[in-house]
Amino acid sequence: MCKECGCGLGGDNVKIGGHAHEHDHGHGHAHEHEHHHEHGHSHGGTTLNLNLSLLEKNDRLAEQNRGFFRAKKLLVLNVVSSPGSGKTTFIRETAAKLAGRLRLGVIVGDLATDNDAARLRTAGIPVVQITTGTVCHLDADMVAKAAAQLDLDKLDVLVIENVGNLVCPADYDLGEDLRVVLLSVTEGEDKPLKYPPMFHSAHVAVVTKSDMAAAAGFDRKLALQNLERVSHHARIFELSAKTGDGMKAWLDFLAEKRSA
Amino acid sequence: MHEVSIMESAVRMAVDAAKSAGANRVLALRLRVGTLSGAVPEALRFAFDVVCRDTIAEGASLEMETVPAAGWCPVCRAEFECADFISECPRCHNPNGELRRGRELEIASVEIN
Repeated sequence: MCKECGCGLGGDNVKIGGHAHEHDHGHGHAHEHEHHHEHGHSHGGTTLNLNLSLLEKNDRLAEQNRGFFRAKKLLVLNVVSSPGSGKTTFIRETAAKLAGRLRLGVIVGDLATDNDAARLRTAGIPVVQITTGTVCHLDADMVAKAAAQLDLDKLDVLVIENVGNLVCPADYDLGEDLRVVLLSVTEGEDKPLKYPPMFHSAHVAVVTKSDMAAAAGFDRKLALQNLERVSHHARIFELSAKTGDGMKAWLDFLAEKRSA
Repeated sequence: MHEVSIMESAVRMAVDAAKSAGANRVLALRLRVGTLSGAVPEALRFAFDVVCRDTIAEGASLEMETVPAAGWCPVCRAEFECADFISECPRCHNPNGELRRGRELEIASVEIN
């Protein structure tokens, strides 16, 4: 169920690490936060105050994930961007450059194919692929099931590569510590203004493919100005995963967050 | 189209709450919808009738309370109205406002019988 675009209505077939799981539309029982108070009778009935978020189920599972990940002393990142902003390359290079310092594992979500997982696996990174079928975002339940397929005791950082989409994943807490949004220099400086919920919700904003800035005619000043307007509380990094330029500041930031 | 899945979720919660309270009918649903929630009230209303069909909420009324977005300016120590996600304080122009309200998408209460 996605409140943004209505994807995933009906029997979805989410695959995690090659195994099909029926998407859990579980309900019934256990509304722990229910408060039963009797009020007016405008329709001749009894009023039950619920005060529940319509995303309550995901939020509750996300909090469970967060507690579990904390107990495992993992730093968990939820990496979001448009398709093609360079999430997989960014994650692969982050893992490679952290080698010997921090151990990184990845959960990667796509609608179809395990191409991204294969690219990361080739680099020797422990990875679980989630193929969502028609669902345009990852949710906390999928992440919990995928995390169970990784040996978390051998990891320091868990990176969740979300489905390439700047709309729907904004509303789904996965239990991460940091939401990291990527903006590549080839995308246009006004992306943060066009997709404010996602950029607003990010803790970290990373300008990627900085080596291509000149060729793309990227207006750096305008992009940073837009980021600072919408993601004013976010830490901003500018880097090229391909050349390694700017990666050091990002890696040091991760190491510092992991030890915090 | 995403409003259909929001309403499915709302009606499911209402029906579950009614059943666990031993009720046979859901007479009304009350939602709180923030102006920055991304959901369009007219579309929610449209979806409501469809998703209530063949449930104990069929024929129920839908009431929606709109929650205007508000930011909090840490410098002025006061709230301000937010038309979008750009949290600049209109008084002191500090850009570091914090969004306090406006993303709500909640089921406030249900009326059952």
